[in-house]
Amino acid sequence: MSRFTPKVVTANALREGDVVYLTTDDRWSRYHHEAELIEDEAHAQMRLLHAAAQRQVVVGAYLADAKAGPKGPEPTHFREEFRTRGPSNYTHGKQTDLPNV
Amino acid sequence: MYNYNDFDDAFVRARVAQFSDQVARRLDGSLTEDEFRPLRLMNGLYLQLHAYMLRVAIPYGTLNPRQMRQLAMIADTWDKGYGHFTTRQNIQFNWPKLPEVPAILSALADVEMHAIQTSGNCVRNVTADHFAGAAADEIEDPRPYAELLRQWSTDHPEFQFLPRKFKIAITGSPNDRAVTAAHDIGLRMTRQNGEPGFEVLVGGGLGRTPFIAHKVRDFLPVPDLLPYVEAVLSVYNTLGRRDNKYKARIKITVHETGKAEITRMIEERFLEIRPLFAGHDQDLLNDIRTAFAEPTYRDAPTTSHDAFYKADPIFRAWADTNLAEHRNPQYAIVTVSLKAPGETPGDATSAQMRLIADLAEQYGHSDLRISHEQNVILAHVHKSDLPSVHAALKQAGLACANIGLLSDIIACPGMDYCSLATARAIPVAQELALHFDALKLEHDIGPLKIKISGCINACGHHHVGHIGILGLDRAGVENYQITLGGDATETAAIGDKTGPGFAYTEIVPAIERILLTYLDMREGPQEIFLETYRRVGFAPFKTALYGAEGGRDAA
Repeated sequence: MSRFTPKVVTANALREGDVVYLTTDDRWSRYHHEAELIEDEAHAQMRLLHAAAQRQVVVGAYLADAKAGPKGPEPTHFREEFRTRGPSNYTHGKQTDLPNV
Repeated sequence: MYNYNDFDDAFVRARVAQFSDQVARRLDGSLTEDEFRPLRLMNGLYLQLHAYMLRVAIPYGTLNPRQMRQLAMIADTWDKGYGHFTTRQNIQFNWPKLPEVPAILSALADVEMHAIQTSGNCVRNVTADHFAGAAADEIEDPRPYAELLRQWSTDHPEFQFLPRKFKIAITGSPNDRAVTAAHDIGLRMTRQNGEPGFEVLVGGGLGRTPFIAHKVRDFLPVPDLLPYVEAVLSVYNTLGRRDNKYKARIKITVHETGKAEITRMIEERFLEIRPLFAGHDQDLLNDIRTAFAEPTYRDAPTTSHDAFYKADPIFRAWADTNLAEHRNPQYAIVTVSLKAPGETPGDATSAQMRLIADLAEQYGHSDLRISHEQNVILAHVHKSDLPSVHAALKQAGLACANIGLLSDIIACPGMDYCSLATARAIPVAQELALHFDALKLEHDIGPLKIKISGCINACGHHHVGHIGILGLDRAGVENYQITLGGDATETAAIGDKTGPGFAYTEIVPAIERILLTYLDMREGPQEIFLETYRRVGFAPFKTALYGAEGGRDAA
């Protein structure tokens, strides 16, 4: 049996479209490192269901691969890495809207 | 240009009111995302990687200065001060917030614009030659026909739920600048016994399965345009593969049905439909035509321009690349480059939009175009005004003399914005342009079309680039596949895949090897890259890319 790759629950905020991450205490954070790192498949499905039920808060929740890092979870795929900060052609999005991104 | 009548205005306003209500109901929880999504897409609103994106139609690429200023106002008020012009002659705003979208649509309606049918399985924005109504080589201005098609296809009840999206392109000139052969329907104006009409192409398209369109009619008389296009859509609506999204475009229908059979079916359906068009469409067309009357050209000497051209080398370089021949010999068509090296292809700031609007008003008979190559066109500029136009553009960073050259790159938004993308496209375009600008090789290389897509859907038209670049995700790493020998013109061709792709850091050096090989092998500066490629073939370029061994280590 293949080992479960750790996940975070991510989505876009309904109103602003911002990329958000589900935290352990059920908040939606703009920071990837504040996300809950889920290491168990059954728990991941539960958390995804919990996220998908918040229809007035977020859109398109899904599980994205992640790994543990010194500050908290880090993305493993370049697409998810881009989602943590914004586009590369302008310093728009989170890289300017949020401190420490 | 065409101005909305009361019907158009009421229709667009009613849609804004309808969508405003839908947004309110989404925000208060009355509508789920599954219910709301098709409604927002019908109004051009996507949810992308970092934010919502609103895609606004610029019908057949034509804009007036008032509209351009309104786009600038929208960019400043509800976005981040810029807009992105696309290969579909649309403009995209990358950062709107959902509660504010109704206000944006209302502001668009104020200047006779909208985002309707810029998404979904319907007839999309009809695109046209960006030099329409100005080009010296034109048979007839195709825009009245494009406008007729727009009115006919907007909210057409039979064609709101097609198997897949449907794109129509039209050119009035034998030199095809509208990539008609890569559209679901391509219309090329032609003449038979002195009468204007259309050569009709069907089943072209790029994406994961690229096809050059088949010609289904050598000559379609003007009065038959709507019934014939309706016949094509009707046959497609019946036959199209609704069971498989990847086989749902008409190009697959044509491929699976066969050219002869689909032509027969279209003609048969056409005979049924034709009598139902009793001439109202032709009355409408005549009304539309008056809206596209030629501007009242100024008759003035061009000697000051000629002297300036000889005296000023910077102006001369710009004029040599960015001007095209106008049907009035005292005039020129100006292409304003949105491709200065290092900039994002197709992006214009609100200040640039306002300047271009001012120039169009002052010097350009208030006629602006957006090209599928992501530049802006001042369609009618008297030659004596060109030095002033150039000076004003230069001050705004818009006088880059690179039209048709290496750095005039098409690039889709790619993974910097698009949720479908598999790799970035914009930074590849930026780095290519900067790299060759530093080498000062661009003018030596001459006419060259580089087109970059960030996924297989090919919004960046990579298949028809002389050099096409397709960004893919290979095992979690950006990887770029190269195609060579594509052609977007009347001699349309799909490029040949070279072999294994290149990593992000390897793609610029790979393109450099291709171009150095070209410079080495061309018969002279008059032989452009595409001609050399066609003459010498693939082999020397393959060796340049992968070495004599042939590419085992390149992936």
